[in-house]
Amino acid sequence: MEVGGAGLYVYSDTELDRAEGEAIEALKAKCQQAIPDPDKWLEEELRRNVLLTSVDFMLNWARRSSLWPVVCFPACCAFELIATAASRFDISRFGMEIIRASPRQADLMITAGTLTWKMAPQVRRIYDQMAEPKWVIAMGACAISGGTFAQSYSVVPGYNRIIPVDVYVPGCPPRPEALLYGIKMLRHKISKKSIIVEG
Amino acid sequence: MAIKTEPFVINIGPVHPSTHGVFRMRATLDGEVVIDLELVIGYLHRGIEKLAEGRTYTQNIPFTDRLDYLASMSNNLAYVMAVEKLAGISVPERAEYLRVIMAELQRIASHLIGVGAFLNDCGAFMTPFLYMFREREKILDLFEMVCGQRLTYNYMRIGGVSHDIPEEFLPALDKFVRQMPGFIDEYDQLLAENEILLARAKGVGILPKELAINISASGPVLRGSSVKWDIRKADPYSVYDRFQFDIPIGSVGDCYDRYWVKIQEMRQSVRIIKQAMEQLPSGEVLTEVPHLLHPPVGEVYGHIEAPKGELGFYLVSDNSVAPYRFHVRAPTLINLTALRDMMIGWKVADAIIIFGSIDICLAEVDR
Amino acid sequence: MTVALSAKEIATKLEGQFPGSIIESNQNNLVVKSESLLEVATFLKTTPGLDFDYLTSITAVDYYDYFEVVYHLTSIKHNHSLVVKTRCYDRDNPSVPSVVSLWRGADFQEREIYDLMGISFDGHPNLKRIFLWEGFQGHPLRKDYL
Repeated sequence: MEVGGAGLYVYSDTELDRAEGEAIEALKAKCQQAIPDPDKWLEEELRRNVLLTSVDFMLNWARRSSLWPVVCFPACCAFELIATAASRFDISRFGMEIIRASPRQADLMITAGTLTWKMAPQVRRIYDQMAEPKWVIAMGACAISGGTFAQSYSVVPGYNRIIPVDVYVPGCPPRPEALLYGIKMLRHKISKKSIIVEG
Repeated sequence: MAIKTEPFVINIGPVHPSTHGVFRMRATLDGEVVIDLELVIGYLHRGIEKLAEGRTYTQNIPFTDRLDYLASMSNNLAYVMAVEKLAGISVPERAEYLRVIMAELQRIASHLIGVGAFLNDCGAFMTPFLYMFREREKILDLFEMVCGQRLTYNYMRIGGVSHDIPEEFLPALDKFVRQMPGFIDEYDQLLAENEILLARAKGVGILPKELAINISASGPVLRGSSVKWDIRKADPYSVYDRFQFDIPIGSVGDCYDRYWVKIQEMRQSVRIIKQAMEQLPSGEVLTEVPHLLHPPVGEVYGHIEAPKGELGFYLVSDNSVAPYRFHVRAPTLINLTALRDMMIGWKVADAIIIFGSIDICLAEVDR
Repeated sequence: MTVALSAKEIATKLEGQFPGSIIESNQNNLVVKSESLLEVATFLKTTPGLDFDYLTSITAVDYYDYFEVVYHLTSIKHNHSLVVKTRCYDRDNPSVPSVVSLWRGADFQEREIYDLMGISFDGHPNLKRIFLWEGFQGHPLRKDYL
């Protein structure tokens, strides 16, 4: 489609579609194995016997007390996430009520919904744009392993094919209480992290 | 001296706070005015139609839950009604009334989100949305009492419903039905004559009547364009012919009309639930149906009036346990056909509102 | 109550107007040759008394020998409905005329059928894949996919 008078060439949608298709096929070919879960914090905990310095303690407290999620609402679990953020299961008591539209300002991605190969490059891009330190909660059966749709021709079997996941919250969809428990687990995990051996 | 301008293209979505899911629009803008629009969908295409061919008829009921996840009861109802029509199975009276009660409660829940999200897009950031969620939580409590789930219920079965209602359901429903008109009046009082809503939504995104029929629109989009067509009246299914209710229609076909139609439909749903509660008979709730159902060879198209429009299932059977072809007539995909026509000439901010007023659910568009 | 019109009576009317266009007709549905689909559809839409102004849905089914495209038509004015089908015997490059010029609601549905089944529609203004990405090999809803 070329828009504008006098043959002004704005964009060609077939080229854009083809470029998008190539990006998707490239990502699909690259991500045939699941990314292993980040568990460096675990061996570190065993090694140092969970004695953190006071700087670590303050930083971890600050980081876990106001995690800001980024907008990533593909499917049904999104509505349980929104219900968690609504007034009954208030997520604001954990400092998380601001769901940031811009990934640069967020540090948590709660993946609420089925991931398809067409959407995968966009989610990867959002994840890459988030600044360190960042965490990912895989919410729901579709995010953990593809769920009911795992055998489909267009569904990614779990978000951990394209981004490393920290906490898995099962359910279809998980109740808001389950999601809050998952967030509590994540805060527990963050409190164990140390800044000295990062990077 | 005229300023030389060039049209440019921006990409709205798929990850966007007000696109109601993963929906992408490539908008060509001249300044701030939309001069062309292209929709890109398919970011949530999970291949349900293909997967359903490998599962039995009863195993497909949870798939239908996940189509329009805000109205799972209606999706279940449409599917089991289509299978019952195909296989010639009759449903007990009590189950029919329970189905109607659940479907109408689901209509209220879905319209609450539709209206709440629309107002969110209009700029009333979270206030009406959270108010609507407060009522929705009451409805979800009722559903949880019946079937244990908050979002994807899997409650209807081929031949009836899966469980009978517990004893605390009817008193709780009675309390809800008595309070709900008061809540709707509360929303009306805040919103109906609100200057900002009127300025932003009246006259914006008009869908003319002939175009609405030509694009096969259905649901509040069609009724907002003053076409009196509701499957519950035109082709009554289940026991809808025993209830008295009105069909609200809009006058112009702009965003305000679609919003107004949804609010009035909520009132009518409360009316239907009251009548259904009074007429509820006793009896069984599920006919005996074989575990592995082998419907006779044939095809069927069964449709209902789901909250978002006419939801239809086209099933082809070849006498085996799984459907040969399972096709969903998705109302929201078809309602989107006119999006380009409705948006051209308006500014980007209006484009978001027009899109919100159609009230789509991406899981149903993409299936 | 929406009356499902008897396809046999419509078939006799159509045979009078467009001879040789009907392949078969029984109580429930009407099978039309794909070449005469557009004329039959125009007749059904514009004849007073029939007035099928609302296209409820278009689907395609893959029977192993042929593809069948099913049109469910409704008339809002008279509250009656009809099922029209057309068949396509070519497996490699199936093609059927498009009804977008009559009912614009066919737009996305025909694109979906092209995407998932591979049937192309002549006369469609923008026939490209809608759900799957450009570069996806194959048409998933066919019976011989995977």
